[in-house]
Amino acid sequence: MTEMGGLSGQFEEAVIKNAAPDSREGMSSAMRRNLSSPWASAFVIIVTILWTVPTFGLLVTSLRPSDVASDTGWWTAFVPPFNFTLDNYSQVISGGTTIPQGIAPYFVNSFVISIPAAIVPLVIALMAAYGLAWVKFKWSNGIFLLIFALQIVPIQMALLPLLTLFNKGWGPIPPVKQVFQSIPVIGNDLWPQGGVSFVPLWIAHTMFALPLAIFLLHNFIAMLPKDLFEAARVDGASHFLIFRTIVLPLSVPAIASFAIFQFLWVWNDLLVGLTFAGGTVDVAPITVYLANIKGTYGAQLHLVTAGAFIAIIVPLIVFFSLQRFFVRGLLAGSVKG
Amino acid sequence: MNASKAGELIVGIVLTVCGIALFVTATKVALAAGWVLFFFGVLLIIFYLGAKTRGKVQTGMARLVFLGPAIILLVVGLVVPAILTTWGSFLDANGKKFVGLANYSWTFTTPDNWVFLRNTALWIIITPIFSTALGFFLALLMDRMRRESLPKSLIFMPMAISFVGASIIWTLVYEYRDPSVDANQVGLLSALVMKLGWANPPNWLLWEPWNNFLLMIIMIWIQTGFALVVLSAAIKAIPMDVTEAAMLDGATGWKLLTKVTVPMIRGTLVVVLTTIAIGVLKVFDIVYTMTNGNFGTQVLANEMYAQSFVQFDKGRGSALAVVLFLAVTPLIVYNVTQLRKEQQIR
Repeated sequence: MTEMGGLSGQFEEAVIKNAAPDSREGMSSAMRRNLSSPWASAFVIIVTILWTVPTFGLLVTSLRPSDVASDTGWWTAFVPPFNFTLDNYSQVISGGTTIPQGIAPYFVNSFVISIPAAIVPLVIALMAAYGLAWVKFKWSNGIFLLIFALQIVPIQMALLPLLTLFNKGWGPIPPVKQVFQSIPVIGNDLWPQGGVSFVPLWIAHTMFALPLAIFLLHNFIAMLPKDLFEAARVDGASHFLIFRTIVLPLSVPAIASFAIFQFLWVWNDLLVGLTFAGGTVDVAPITVYLANIKGTYGAQLHLVTAGAFIAIIVPLIVFFSLQRFFVRGLLAGSVKG
Repeated sequence: MNASKAGELIVGIVLTVCGIALFVTATKVALAAGWVLFFFGVLLIIFYLGAKTRGKVQTGMARLVFLGPAIILLVVGLVVPAILTTWGSFLDANGKKFVGLANYSWTFTTPDNWVFLRNTALWIIITPIFSTALGFFLALLMDRMRRESLPKSLIFMPMAISFVGASIIWTLVYEYRDPSVDANQVGLLSALVMKLGWANPPNWLLWEPWNNFLLMIIMIWIQTGFALVVLSAAIKAIPMDVTEAAMLDGATGWKLLTKVTVPMIRGTLVVVLTTIAIGVLKVFDIVYTMTNGNFGTQVLANEMYAQSFVQFDKGRGSALAVVLFLAVTPLIVYNVTQLRKEQQIR
């Protein structure tokens, strides 16, 4: 229950109970049956249907030809003549006559942004969490509290100054852009001259992920048994060896939860994408593309819905296949941002 | 031991070189893979060098390597920007001239801005209360059901979807066709209310001030599952003997709920409410994609984005970010103290 501490402690429980809904002890099944009523079930079923229908409508609309989709409600698709097509998808993936720019490159961009933006902060946070929990010094607790407190800073507060740092620099500090461009051999690939780059997105997402990641992982790592570390130290293992051989393998559940949460957070993010990607096809994520086509081609419902479905299918696959980790991570991180 | 350490160094160098090689191939995927490999390579080399040191030097090195990157990133990414934004909120649109509290007085005294201030207040009150109440009610009902996993999953599912995706999903619900011109309705809501006898429904998203509530429904759709899952766990955590004792004393239904269940999970209820409120304050995606703040639907977070990146008024944008920060802070502090209390009780 205390696996990740804090709010997530409860969530741990939520996940376990969710996985085994009937594991409740003490209450006889007779009593349970007495309490349940058909009205309760009916209400739950109605809400469940209400909650699912809008998403279902999106899927159906995305499978209808443009003329019927723009003229009739999606629910009319279930009476003959059944009129379905995959044409919208082929149009929105590679671009067509209506929307010239397809979604495919943005889909790739979202992966290119999300995967490093989930892995790198995770490793940095895990290192910091170990350092704060097990390489203690006078200010360890103070630093941990400060990092914890940084969760109150909304991303909105960091956007303008960070943008300035990346493009113009802060006073004597040179622009990050220029620093990357001046790296020999790889500089121009990382941040093309006069072009856009994934680097600011990776850095910004890494920065914004750290307070929560360090907090959660610290809670987890601090709970690991003390004897483990003491024994390893007595055997002459360095902190670096301990980190790789003890901390890393033992933290896998916490790592998995946070990695999934962070991946989806970045995948679903619009604000950071809009601010740091500049909306170009080279680096902008899929959410920016969706917001754009929704604004420009909003009337082409059949295409916009197909695009939206492509964008949400990734989180939905993660959701249904990794629900255990997903719920734990998502709930633990629900105050982020 | 030595062989494995040397292996570490070799792996580190190989990863770094591979990373650099991938950068040069200049396809996007290679760039991402290169970034990750390069990061791990450099890390392994540093770890190799760090493990060579002994005693005090090693402890110092460990602190530097473990804490250094995180602290630098946090200072550069959050601490300094927060200070610069606060400072910027006292400067003019270009960040050149000191204007005192002008941006703040603009925020609160311009009649045009009262719309987004009012809307933000409405959002922050209605959305958390409604999501939490519905989630709580569902949790109570599901607690007594045999198959709760599927409905729970489906109601929780919107939390996995991006706000932009959710907006497009709900565009289909709110889509409007003038009934006098077009007999067929494409939007679900129009079709539904017309079936129920409302012959001439309004164009939903332009229908002030009710369009605000229609946008809030999207957020409620997303957050109810969160409330449901957390509160459901809290209800299940109530010790059986407490409920049984109350039932033996004759408590049933409403009484059991108000005298036992609600007091037992009060802390969790508060945490859910404040967590949703924090999310609501910061969310801008829904308003940005649905109406972009037009038709009287503007909220604080979207106004901040508009001032900063559309109007390019850095001063006002910064002031709005500070207002957001000040509004969120008490909620988070309260949220955290509640959590601490909860944990102590347990």
